[in-house]
Amino acid sequence: MSVIEDVPSPAPRPQPIPVRIGAPRAGPSRAVVLRKDPWWAQPLVTGLGLLAFVVYATWAAFRNGHYFVGLDQARNYLSPFYSPCLASNCPSAVRWGPITPAGSGFSPALIILIFPLAFRLTCYYYRKTYYRAFWLSPPACAVADAGSTSTKPNAFRKRYTGETRFPLVLQNIHRYTWYFTCIFAVLLTYDAIEAFRFPGGIGMGVGTLILVANSVLIWAYQLGCHACRHLSGGNLKKFSKAPARRWIWTNLTTPLNKHHQLFAWLSLMTIVVSDLYIYLVSSGAFSDPRIF
Amino acid sequence: MAIDTGPAPSTAPEPPSDAPPKDLVMHLWRGDASGGRFQEYHVAPQEGEVVLDVVHRIQATQAPDLAVRWNCKAGKCGSCSAEINGRPALMCMTRMSTLPTDQPVTVSPMRAFPIMRDLVTDVSYNFEVAKLIPAFKPGPKDPDGLHRMAQVDIDRGQEFHKCIECFLCQNVCHVIRDHEENKPRYAGPRFFVRLAELEMHPLDTLDRRDYIHEDMGIGYCNITKCCTEVCPEDIHITDNAIIPLKERIVDSRYDPVAWLGRKITGRPTPLRASEARKHTGAAHAQPPAAATPEPGDSA
Amino acid sequence: MTDTERYDFDVVVIGAGGAGLRAAIEAREKGARTALVCKSLLGKAHTVMAEGGIAAALGSVWPEDSWEVHFRDTMRGGKMLNNWRMAQIHALESPDRVLELEEWGALFDRTPDGRILQRDFGGHRYARLAHVGDRTGLEMIRALQHRAVSIGIDVFMECKIVRLLQDGTGAVNGAVGFWRESGRFLTFGAKAVVLATGGIGKAWKFTTNSWECTGDGMALALWAGADLIDMEAVQFHPTGMVWPPSARGLLVTEGVRGDGGVLKNRDGERFMFNYISPFFAAETAETIEEGDHWYTNKKDFRRPPELLPRDEVARAINSEVKAGRGSPHGGVFLDIASRRTPEEIRRLLPSMYHQFKELADIDITTTPMEVGPTCHYAMGGIRVEADSEATTVAGLYAAGETAGGMHGSNRLGGNSLSDLVVFGRRAGLAAAERALEIPGAPQVSEAQVVDVTRHATSYFDNEGAEDAYAVHRELQETMQALVGIIRIESELLEAKEKLAVLAERASKCAVEGNLQFNPGWHLALDLESMLAVSNCTTLSAIERRESRGGHTRDDYPGFRPEFENVNMITRLVDGEYVVAQEPKPQMPDELAKLFEEGAH
Repeated sequence: MSVIEDVPSPAPRPQPIPVRIGAPRAGPSRAVVLRKDPWWAQPLVTGLGLLAFVVYATWAAFRNGHYFVGLDQARNYLSPFYSPCLASNCPSAVRWGPITPAGSGFSPALIILIFPLAFRLTCYYYRKTYYRAFWLSPPACAVADAGSTSTKPNAFRKRYTGETRFPLVLQNIHRYTWYFTCIFAVLLTYDAIEAFRFPGGIGMGVGTLILVANSVLIWAYQLGCHACRHLSGGNLKKFSKAPARRWIWTNLTTPLNKHHQLFAWLSLMTIVVSDLYIYLVSSGAFSDPRIF
Repeated sequence: MAIDTGPAPSTAPEPPSDAPPKDLVMHLWRGDASGGRFQEYHVAPQEGEVVLDVVHRIQATQAPDLAVRWNCKAGKCGSCSAEINGRPALMCMTRMSTLPTDQPVTVSPMRAFPIMRDLVTDVSYNFEVAKLIPAFKPGPKDPDGLHRMAQVDIDRGQEFHKCIECFLCQNVCHVIRDHEENKPRYAGPRFFVRLAELEMHPLDTLDRRDYIHEDMGIGYCNITKCCTEVCPEDIHITDNAIIPLKERIVDSRYDPVAWLGRKITGRPTPLRASEARKHTGAAHAQPPAAATPEPGDSA
Repeated sequence: MTDTERYDFDVVVIGAGGAGLRAAIEAREKGARTALVCKSLLGKAHTVMAEGGIAAALGSVWPEDSWEVHFRDTMRGGKMLNNWRMAQIHALESPDRVLELEEWGALFDRTPDGRILQRDFGGHRYARLAHVGDRTGLEMIRALQHRAVSIGIDVFMECKIVRLLQDGTGAVNGAVGFWRESGRFLTFGAKAVVLATGGIGKAWKFTTNSWECTGDGMALALWAGADLIDMEAVQFHPTGMVWPPSARGLLVTEGVRGDGGVLKNRDGERFMFNYISPFFAAETAETIEEGDHWYTNKKDFRRPPELLPRDEVARAINSEVKAGRGSPHGGVFLDIASRRTPEEIRRLLPSMYHQFKELADIDITTTPMEVGPTCHYAMGGIRVEADSEATTVAGLYAAGETAGGMHGSNRLGGNSLSDLVVFGRRAGLAAAERALEIPGAPQVSEAQVVDVTRHATSYFDNEGAEDAYAVHRELQETMQALVGIIRIESELLEAKEKLAVLAERASKCAVEGNLQFNPGWHLALDLESMLAVSNCTTLSAIERRESRGGHTRDDYPGFRPEFENVNMITRLVDGEYVVAQEPKPQMPDELAKLFEEGAH
C-alpha cells in the first residue's frame, strides 16, 4: 500500500524491551502491604486444604489394605486410590490383576497415584494455588513475592524465572497427564458401575452413591481442564468451520472450565471421602447401609 | 514510609447523630523520584462519590499541584489507575461507599512503575512493549471487497477488545512488579491479551507462537491470576488469553505428537520468531531526521 | 528557561483521537516523517468514549441505503447549515473508511451472513451504524492506534502544545509545547501541521467530555489567524446521567433508544409524541403502534419520535422538566427494561449496564434510567476547505470535532466517528502532499519560541490568590447558565461581559509548585484556550438571531430566512475576537434535487 510494508532483515535474536530498570518506584516500598482486607486468608485456607490432602493421601497410599469392600461383605466397592485393582489381593470379581506378587507388601497405590498426582500438580488451577500458598509467589495480589523485597542482590529467591526453566518448564506436559488420567476417569466410572453389583443382582448402597458422585466430579474436573478446553476447540481460529467442536467447546468444556476451581476441590474431597468410607466399611467400623 | 498524621486526632466523643457526617480522611501519596510520603487530607463526604471525585476536590481546594492522571471519569479510558487501600483499581470506578470509612483511605500510585509525581507513574514500558507486537495481518478479501466473519468467530476477540489499557494487570503482575529485572523480556498480561486477540482473529494469517515464547516471555507467567482479579473490564485474562496462548505454545514447541502430526500431514511448521519480528512497530521505526541546526543556538 | 528540545518532522499532528491517528497514518503511509502529539497517553483520547457506532451507508442490513440517503439525512439533521461538499465527501467515503478499520483489526458486530451489523440511530433513515456493543469508539481508537504503532509513527505523549509557529508569510512551520511530566519545553519544526484536538466540552459544567476537551486546536488556529465557523452550534446530548451528582453529565448512548428504549415523563407518558416539529412530521410516527412497528419494518412505518435528531429530543426533555413532569433528580426516564429482555440488554449495551451498576447502583435491566441533556459536541470549529481540510492559514489543517462545517447546526449520532476517519485521512493526505513539496528542513524563529515559553511560564511569577480551578469553575457555571441549551440575548451579553472578566482573572492565575506534572499550571494554560473559544461561541450565539439545530434562542424561536444561508465566522482581529456573517457555499442542483423528492 505504501512506503512501509516490508522489513528486509529482522533481528535474529529476541531484542530486549527498551525499558528503564532501577528508577525510583512509585509509592511506598513494596515491602509495605497496604491492603486492609484479610488477604492472607485465602492462601492460608487453600494451603491448609492441600496439606490436609497430602497427609491423608500419604497415609492412604501406604496403607495397602482395606481398600475394597468385597463380595464377602456383599458389596463391590473399590477405593479410587487403588483403581485399577492391580494387586493379587483384589476382590476376584473385580478387574485386572494380579500384577504385584501376593504378600509382597508393595502398595499398588504408589504406582497408580503417579498419574493423577502429575495431572493435578501440573493443573493450571492447582499451580495457581500452590504458587500462592506455598511458593508465596505472590502470596496475594499486590503483596510482594517472598524474598523479592530483600535489599541484598543475591538473596534467596530474589530472582524469578517462572516456568521458563527446569523443573517448572515441565508444567508444559499437562496435556499428556490429561491423556493418561482420562483412562483413570474411565476406570473410576467402571468402578462406580461395578458398585451397583450386589449378590444376586443390582443394588445400591451409600457407598455406591459416593462412588458415583466421585466419578461424576472427576469427569467434571477432567473435562473442564484447560488443556482439554484447548484441544476440544480452543485451538481453532474459526469456530464457524467446525460446528461439532464449537458445540463441545461452547457447551461442555468452557462452562466446566469456568468452575474448574470448584470441581478441583470437590473431586479432591470425594476421592478422600470414597477412600475413607471404603476403609471404614472394610475395616468393620460400620456396615454400608443398603438403599435397595 | 512516613505517614503525615496532619491535625492531631480528635479525642472528642462521637458527634450526635444529627450532626453533619464525619469528614473523610484520605492518605494520598505525595512525592517524586527523590522520595515521598502519605499526606493526610480531610474532606466532607458527598453522596454517590467515587475516589476520583474526592481526589479532585482535594486538588481544587487544598493541593492545586497534586498530580493525578485522568481523562473520562467513566471507566472507559483507563487513565486513573491507582492502588486504593492497597488494591489496584480505577479511581473513577471505586465508589467511596464501598470503602470502610472508619479508617483513612489510602491512595497510592501503581507500584510496579517508576514514579513521575504523586499519583502519576511512568508507564512508558507498556508503550515500548506495544511497539513489539507483530501487527494484524489479514488474509485476502472476498471478491466483493468485504471480509466476512461469523459472530461466533469474533466473540473471543471482542472480549479482549474491551481492554481499556489501564495497565492495572501490568501493575499487579508479580513477574515485573516484584522482579523488575524481567521487564526487558516479559510483555505482561495486557499484551498477552493483545496477542491472544491476534492469534484468535479469524482473518489473521501470521503465526506468533514462537515469538510469544521467545520475545514476549510468556513462560515467566505462573498463572497466579492477579491480572484477572484486578481487571476493571472483567476480562478473563488468565483463563481466556494467557492459558490458551500457553497451550498454543505447547502445540508448537512441547508436543511431540503435534510435531509428528505436522510432519506427516504437511501442515505448516510454526513460523520462526525472527519472521514475526518483521511485523512489529519497532521494525518500522521512522528514520531519524536529517541533522538540523539548533534553532538559532541562542540565548 | 528557553532551553528546549528540538524535533523536525514533515508533518506534525496535534491530537491523537480518531482524526489525529487517521491523519498521522495517512501522512506516514504517503512517506512523510510524521509525529503525533497528544495531551494524554496514547489511546486515552475522548474518542474512546464514543459508544453507539460509526455511520456509513454500507447497506449490509438495509440494501436500500446509499450515500445519497446518508447525505440527505446528514444535511437535514444539520438543518441545512452543513457544508454540502463535506457532507457529500463524508457520505461517499465513510463505508471505505469503516472497511479499512476492519483491515486493521477492528471487530464490528456481525450480521448472520458475516457482514457488518448496523444499528438504528436518531435521524438516520436506515439502520446505518456499524458498532461493537456500546463501545465503538474504543474499538476504533484501538484499531487506529495499533496501526499507527505498527507503522512506526513517533508519538509524543502527555505533551501540550502551547502555540503554533509561523514564518514571515504567516504559514505555519512548527509548534511549541512542553512535556507534562517534566515541564520541559520542546519545539517542533514542521512543514505542515494538522490540528485534531477535539471539542470544547470542558467549558460547560455538565458535559460528556473528558478533561482534554478544552478547545486547544480551535484556540491555536484562532491565534494563528485562522477562522472559526458556526461556533454557536453546540450539541447537548439528550441523554446524560443526572444522578449521582458526581456522575452528572456522563453519556448514556443513543444506542439505548436505537435498540428500543423509550423516553417517559413522571406520569409514564411517552412525551416525545407531543414534540414532533413540522420539519420532521412527514417522517415520524404519529402513534406508539406505528413507532413500534418501525423497528422491524422500515419500509411501511415511520420512526418513533424518540429517534428524532438530538437537538429536538434535548429540547423536549428540557421542556418536560421545566413543566414539572420530570424525574426525582431533574431528568426524565429512559426505559429499556420494559422493552427488551435482561439478556438482550446486557449483550447490546454492556457498558451502559456496567456504568449504571457501578456508579449509580441501578440495574438497567429492571429499572428505568434517569437522564437529562448534557453538553456533548461542538458542531462549529475551524473553518476548512472541504476537500483538503486546509484552514485559512497556509500549512495548517484541521479534522474531526475541532474542524467545523460538516455537521451544520446539529450532528447526527454516529456521524462523528465517520467524520474523524474520513476527514482525518484527507487532512493527513493534504498535509503530507504539502510537506513533500517543500524542500529542506523547516526553519523556526527562535524569538517566537522564546516568547511562547516566557508566556507559558509567566504563571509561576504571578502573585496573589487567583487560582485556575476557581476560574474554571466559574467559566463552567457561566457557560452552563448563560450559553446553555436555551439562550436569550440578555444572558448572552451578560456572558460576554463575564468572559472578559474571567479572561482578566485567568491571566493573573498564580501557580503553586514547579514545572513537574503540575495540574494547576496545565489548567491555567487550558483556560486560555477555553476562554478564547467560549468567547467565539458567545459572539456567534449573539449574532445568530434564530433557532437552528443546537442553537436555540428563546427570543427568536424557529428558523429565520435571513440566517438560512449564512455561516457565523469568528476570528481574531487586532487582539479582539470579532464575528461576521458570510454566505454559506451553495450545493449544486443535482444534490439539491435530493431534497425535493418529498420525505423519502
